[in-house]
Amino acid sequence: MPAVSKGDGMRGLAVFISDIRNCKSKEAEIKRINKELANIRSKFKGDKALDGYSKKKYVCKLLFIFLLGHDIDFGHMEAVNLLSSNKYTEKQIGYLFISVLVNSNSELIRLINNAIKNDLSSRNPTFMCLALHCIANVGSREMAEAFASEIPRILVAGDTMDSVKQSAALCLLRLYKTSPDLVLMGEWTSRVVHLLNDQHMGVVTAAISLITCLSQKNPDEFKTCVSLAVSRLSRIVSSASTDLQDYTYYFVPAPWLSCKLLRLLQCYPPPEDGAVKGRLVECLETILNKAQEPPKSKKVQHSNAKNAILFEAISLIIHYDSEPNLLVRACNQLGQFLQHRETNLRYLALESMCTLASSEFSHEAVKTHIETVINALKTERDVSVRQRAADLLYAMCDRSNAKQIVAEMLSYLETADYSIREEMVLKVAILAEKYAVDYSWYVDTILNLIRIAGDYVSEEVWYRVIQIVINRDDVQGYAAKTVFEALQAPACHENMVKVGGYILGEFGNLIAGDPRSSPLVQFNLLHSKFHLCSVPTRALLLSAYIKFINLFPETKATIQEVLRCDSQIRNSDVELQQRAVEYLKLSSIASTDVLATVLEEMPPFPERESSILAKLKKKKGPGAVSVTELDDGKREAGELNGGGDRGPDTAAMAASNAVSTLSLLFICKTLIAVISHFHSYPFIPYLSCCLSASIPALFCGLSLHPCPVLWPPSSAPPSEDPAPPLSEADELLNKFVCKNNGVLFENQLLQIGIKSEYRQNLGRMYLFYGNKTSVQFASFTTTVSCPGELHKPVEPLVEGGAQIQQVLNIECITDFSDAPLLNIKFSRYGGALQNLTLKLPVTINKFFQPTEMSSSDFFQRWKQLSQPQQEAQKIFKANHSMDTEVLKAKLLGLGTALLDNIDPNPENYVCAGVIQTKSQQIGCLLRLEPNAQAQMYRLTLRCSKDTVSKRLCELLAQQF
Amino acid sequence: MQFMLLFSRQGKLRLQKWYVPLSDKERKKISRDLVQTILARKPKMCSFLEWRDLKIVYKRYASLYFCCAVEDQDNELITLEIIHRYVELLDKYFGSVCELDIIFNFEKAYFILDEFLLGGEAQETSKKNVLKAIEQADLLQEVHSVLLQFSAL
Repeated sequence: MPAVSKGDGMRGLAVFISDIRNCKSKEAEIKRINKELANIRSKFKGDKALDGYSKKKYVCKLLFIFLLGHDIDFGHMEAVNLLSSNKYTEKQIGYLFISVLVNSNSELIRLINNAIKNDLSSRNPTFMCLALHCIANVGSREMAEAFASEIPRILVAGDTMDSVKQSAALCLLRLYKTSPDLVLMGEWTSRVVHLLNDQHMGVVTAAISLITCLSQKNPDEFKTCVSLAVSRLSRIVSSASTDLQDYTYYFVPAPWLSCKLLRLLQCYPPPEDGAVKGRLVECLETILNKAQEPPKSKKVQHSNAKNAILFEAISLIIHYDSEPNLLVRACNQLGQFLQHRETNLRYLALESMCTLASSEFSHEAVKTHIETVINALKTERDVSVRQRAADLLYAMCDRSNAKQIVAEMLSYLETADYSIREEMVLKVAILAEKYAVDYSWYVDTILNLIRIAGDYVSEEVWYRVIQIVINRDDVQGYAAKTVFEALQAPACHENMVKVGGYILGEFGNLIAGDPRSSPLVQFNLLHSKFHLCSVPTRALLLSAYIKFINLFPETKATIQEVLRCDSQIRNSDVELQQRAVEYLKLSSIASTDVLATVLEEMPPFPERESSILAKLKKKKGPGAVSVTELDDGKREAGELNGGGDRGPDTAAMAASNAVSTLSLLFICKTLIAVISHFHSYPFIPYLSCCLSASIPALFCGLSLHPCPVLWPPSSAPPSEDPAPPLSEADELLNKFVCKNNGVLFENQLLQIGIKSEYRQNLGRMYLFYGNKTSVQFASFTTTVSCPGELHKPVEPLVEGGAQIQQVLNIECITDFSDAPLLNIKFSRYGGALQNLTLKLPVTINKFFQPTEMSSSDFFQRWKQLSQPQQEAQKIFKANHSMDTEVLKAKLLGLGTALLDNIDPNPENYVCAGVIQTKSQQIGCLLRLEPNAQAQMYRLTLRCSKDTVSKRLCELLAQQF
Repeated sequence: MQFMLLFSRQGKLRLQKWYVPLSDKERKKISRDLVQTILARKPKMCSFLEWRDLKIVYKRYASLYFCCAVEDQDNELITLEIIHRYVELLDKYFGSVCELDIIFNFEKAYFILDEFLLGGEAQETSKKNVLKAIEQADLLQEVHSVLLQFSAL
């Protein structure tokens, strides 16, 4: 029997619960329950009307049975009856039953909603709260439909009791989360923000959760909350521990509210208002200072509450990523926690430091803790803490400490928990590749990985080592030698055999000079592993053998013998059999030349995102991987885009094949019409294991396929006004006047490549946004604006290392001078909102049609365009080479026809073209007179439209 | 917060509160998996763990485990104190609470939780205010019981 029974105990219920607890077996329990269910059913069906108390008791019993894990399919109607009772105690149980056992019967919902409606309008605060709790607990769409407009009214009404306001705020939050479309912003929104000023701390605590959620979705409408939140926070932080009475928790003033305020501020960039910002920085400093003060209590609750605020403050500091002083202080504070005796604090410090490591301001400070973190990896007793330590090592890794970190991770791998081995392997592989200065270290590391944790080395890892060895000829000999040595081990992992087979098949010749690794020795070594391997590995080895025949004709007889034996040529596995038959035939009938062509060395793989990085991301979910890209020179343009122009080509192809793309259409009235397509995909190379022997030249070809992937929908784009164009925007634009393809922009985070083509007054531009980090970009939005017009295509996520593509269709409606602006916004995990504006390299000359004409025609037209404003002229100093071929290439790139034999002076260049716009054609003539001695040019333009002469002259003067 | 579970050392669920819509089947699977995971952990281990895409915060009080699942951006330490505050509320209400109190008065445990947390967010963190609300409700109940006794006469 219960120790206490408060309120009006239901004796029958207590007896029933005791009975259940006394059951000796599961069967006895079920028997007792079934008996009770039968009893309740008969009571509910009985003729005698049950009184409220009995109904309540039986409904409670049903609830108890349900909570034991049994199904309950009746009693709802009785619960609804209880709801409508005037007795609080019955109503309360009715609501509890409905909240726990939600039923989608529409008739029932109508009745429930009716009862709720009555209670909401009852003006009895206790009843209102019960009704609101029920809505918040159930949160179904039907309820949102019925009450989404009513609750905001209750929330902001002047005469609503505080307790009801609290419930209303969180009830509305729940409805907004389930059915955001039904909760309409309105006049109430601004009043909700002002609840941050409410006298009642409970109201503020409840309201702030709602405000935070609404701010995330509609930042503009709620941005006034920033200054209110700062002043509230400041009052709490500076209050004495007794000021807030019961809202002080173990000597910490309002810890829940403080955390929520700091969380709300993380929805926004740093306050622009200097005074607000100053006050906030002061708060953050106070919080950091308090961490150094001696504790006011020895209780763990005190330190937890205090540190909860501290960690939230550090999150905000990291989110702003703009106050170096605070970042470094945060880092030092976390550094202290790394050695704290509380496991929880060590765990959180490691976690929080991971994000600090990606800030340029604190990366170095984080690195100073490397020894402590390595020690944590070795000595922590809790695997989840060790996991955090491994994550942090990964995050703090850069060129300076890569060798040490990789070595530590490798040695940890020998004893690591099985649950985290695969991830550790991926991380080691990524770091080894990313920071490899000399590739022999890389090869050693990966082969070590296979040796230590072969079972956890996924396909992607060994594909990658092969890709890299194939692509880098400086490491091929070393790789062949090392893998040959590794294969000497009596027991070696199958992955080692795969790598060995592939590499020796390609580069075995590089070590064949040494009699200890002569062709036949190599072959025998590989073949000694053959019978222990799985079918795919054996298939790979067969391909290695045919490659051997080509590389080393002296092995031909031996290998043919092997291929010819029954276990190959009659193998029950069709793939192996086919390879054996076809390779045998190929080696017997093909001439040496044919064989050499067919079995030629593999061509380099086109580079994309590292396949293992993709794998890690897949494993950990978006945004979970954090790596800093500081000083990371390796991922320069070439690597990211797969060697220059090849990337955009493939991408463009994929785009034109794209089946479902998000297309948005908009028209700019004034100058240019742009139609935008968005299409994004990560690049995941995969190995086509199934080798078709009829085209043996493929030899286990690694092929690169773009895979269209639809990203999950994400939160609304961050709202902030587009930044003004970068100072170098014009300079960047000028690079593209005479060319259509290339990298428009690049910084540490992002690379934007462009490929464009124009015909008459139409153009198509492919924009490639490459995420250079390994962290996901969220809320990625780009906006193209022509003067006066705006457009917003939405494609919100760019995975780390991935590239997304945007296609703009361009139509030139009339001539123009200002280039369209391209604004890009995105937020980075743990970083501030990025907002940058570039000029899109669409210039008037892109719409040139070259015009060939004779000398006499040219001069006739030249004279026709003789009005002073039709001519624009500039004399300027040469900025680039004056080489004839370079100049010619640029003038052709301009889009005009370069006319020979027109100017009497053969040193001069003369061009003609027509600019096609939708409304008119504009004839343009150009004359460029270089003076090699003075290193000067004179440029003259005559066009049928004066603005065009002027604009072209400006543009071109920057080109030579 | 996405859900809160209370379970015994034997793995018996004593209270479950779900703040996200999930089917019965999913709830049962989640509870089963999580109870197993947590019971397998050793006493000195840290109170937080990554579980699927959620963060789990748990703490043991006598024979009962209190376990909350929060989202990635949520604060672990403050969640730990949410658990503690709830324990304090139960303790104050029942007077040195034990597992049996929660078994026999499960409905009260739910009512107290609803006053403290709503929709997965803290509604009222003041111990006094929460208990006042519950005591008022109890008072209403007692008045009714007295009336019932009268009507029985």
